[in-house]
Amino acid sequence: MAEKKKLRIQDLAKIREKTRALTTIRGSEGRAKVTVHMGTCGIAAGAREVMEALLDEVRKNKVQDVIVATSGCAGLCNREPMATVEFKGQPPVKYVDLTPQKMRKIFAEHILCGRLVPDYALAIGSETVY
Amino acid sequence: MKQYRAHLLVCAGTGCVSCGAFKIKEALEKEIRKRKLQDEILVIATGCNGFCERGPILMVHPDGVFYQQLKVSDIPFLVEEHLIKGRPVKKLMYIPPEEKEPIPKMKDIEFFKHQRLIVLRNRGRIDPEKAEEYIAFDGYEAMGKALTEMKSEKIISEITASGLRGRGGAGFPTGKKWAAGRAAKGSPKYLICNGDEGDPGAFMDRSVLEADPHAILEGMVIGAKAVGAEKGFIYIRHEYPLALKRVEIAIRQARENGLLGEDILGTGFNFDLEIVQGAGAFVSGEETALIASVEGRIGMPRQRPPYPANKGLWGKPTVINNVETWATVPNIILRGAKWFSALGTKTSKGTKIFSLVGKINNTGLVEVPMGISLRDIVFGIGGGIPGGHEFKAVQIGGPSGGCIPAKLLDLPIDYESLTEAGAMMGSGGMIVMDDKTCMVDIAKYFLNFLRDESCGKCVSCREGTQRMWEIVKKITEGKGTEKDLEVLEEVARTCKDASLCGLGQTAANPVLTTLQYFRHEYEAHILDKRCPAGVCQALIRYVVVAEKCTGCQSCKNACPTQAIKGTLKDVHLIDQTKCIKCGACQEACRFEAIEAQREEAIQII
Repeated sequence: MAEKKKLRIQDLAKIREKTRALTTIRGSEGRAKVTVHMGTCGIAAGAREVMEALLDEVRKNKVQDVIVATSGCAGLCNREPMATVEFKGQPPVKYVDLTPQKMRKIFAEHILCGRLVPDYALAIGSETVY
Repeated sequence: MKQYRAHLLVCAGTGCVSCGAFKIKEALEKEIRKRKLQDEILVIATGCNGFCERGPILMVHPDGVFYQQLKVSDIPFLVEEHLIKGRPVKKLMYIPPEEKEPIPKMKDIEFFKHQRLIVLRNRGRIDPEKAEEYIAFDGYEAMGKALTEMKSEKIISEITASGLRGRGGAGFPTGKKWAAGRAAKGSPKYLICNGDEGDPGAFMDRSVLEADPHAILEGMVIGAKAVGAEKGFIYIRHEYPLALKRVEIAIRQARENGLLGEDILGTGFNFDLEIVQGAGAFVSGEETALIASVEGRIGMPRQRPPYPANKGLWGKPTVINNVETWATVPNIILRGAKWFSALGTKTSKGTKIFSLVGKINNTGLVEVPMGISLRDIVFGIGGGIPGGHEFKAVQIGGPSGGCIPAKLLDLPIDYESLTEAGAMMGSGGMIVMDDKTCMVDIAKYFLNFLRDESCGKCVSCREGTQRMWEIVKKITEGKGTEKDLEVLEEVARTCKDASLCGLGQTAANPVLTTLQYFRHEYEAHILDKRCPAGVCQALIRYVVVAEKCTGCQSCKNACPTQAIKGTLKDVHLIDQTKCIKCGACQEACRFEAIEAQREEAIQII
């Protein structure tokens, strides 16, 4: 709202549409959640660049309903960088040996279109937690 | 709007600011820049989160993790662990008293779990200085609806049907007030937002003004359409600088964006607002006194009727509502009267904000449905009384309210039940007292406040509060007689019956309720010359309990008048001729070896 143009009634909905990422994050509930594993191993293997690529895609595509998160080492250090993609109500999918390019592809295929990328995926589902 | 992967919400209500919230925010920003995360992580300051006891507070989203009692030195670790490695930091989370495991998420913490947020829905969630964040969470949607889809009559009937009653204290039905304002002849018509919050221990209005100023603006525009007003005033105390600043910013932003002023949202409706600063007089919370103050005269109440709805500001029809009432309005318009009235009791609908202070574990601000019991607030949300002490009473409704004793803990709170118990809803201040609180001393405290704040117009109040204070003071000094209680009650009733405004009419409440529920304490002061709680200085002397004293010298070092004698590892002794009864020794002692005894009791060495 940097411009000093006066708002009309229909502009309220437009602002809400533009700021949906804000309500998604603060409500802690999005359509999907992408977790980049950023333990020491992940960062050493290039998780930082994977994260940057992911955020860049989110912004470029103006995606408002996806939560981007970080987490620690997933326990499979030799397959880092790793990321987990979770859709609400579906089992999570773990991707391994990522590069920024692979992350961009996963974003375009899996997150935007809902099509899993089998070439990069390790497994579906999460470990049993006691 | 730029997208971030995480939002850090630093509580910047007055409570947290005074314990260093802005330093925490600065440290966060610095650390985030250092790690080059400034394009990924957003840091903002929000209004009061409510859990003031635990400030400075930080909420991390999207996880919804609640961090508390932060220090600047915690920040680098927190950023590295939580924001880079995704590992929430347990040691900075809230651990309930007597428990070991921290609770990571705000929604699981007892203090927050039982609250229902309507007025405070944006607290700790948005940056109050950014209109677009307010809009993101459905802000100004109700105003748009009211200006385009609803006739004035429809707005009023919706508010009436919701059962909303004035949140300032008296509980007058808001819809009825608006209807009177609409029907009143005269032009122009005015709206006023009463933000003159003066009760000791109350900070509901301040927190709403600080946390969600746009909600008040939106409520007032809706009210303006309903009543037919084009101009409004928001009255805020000078001693609320942060509230003043945030409301000023909100008004400026709203004007710039066409949400206030001429042709609002292109609908052709005009309404503008102005802030009036009050100098801070308790009586100005009374509506006619407040109107006088806005006009630039001395804040003194006048006879009603005529009510302000007919003859208010500069003699024109004026609708005046409390901050909380205005902030409730958009919610009702947006979600409907039925939704609102589903909460609460038969006569009191919706939610009410209470500030919880005094001898309670979780000091802070809570919003709960009407009809909740005092027990649920004090022991559920409030977490009970600290230090293993017993609950004695809660002063509700500020100086005009009354003391509710332990036997009424299960009282469901609404306007009627509180009045019946001798107190009043007031603006919603709750001061919790434990067994170390002397009820006569409390009555003295409130009377002292009221005798200062009485405007002096009515003899019954001006002289009444002064005389009541003198009598109660005499009793606390051990000079009271049985006759004094009779006179006290008589003066109290006269003050209640013969005073013009709410201040005088309710000034006797602290005296009358303490007399009703704690008469034995007055009698102990008068007949036995004894203060059961060990508070009234004239009636106590501090003595060392020989069996408990270890001779550690802590009390000796703490005493400002060198009244304590004793050598290391020997029992100490207090020289009563030098003792000024400040109680410093009792606070310093770790063995509970210093007792407040009756003045006549003789210390046996």
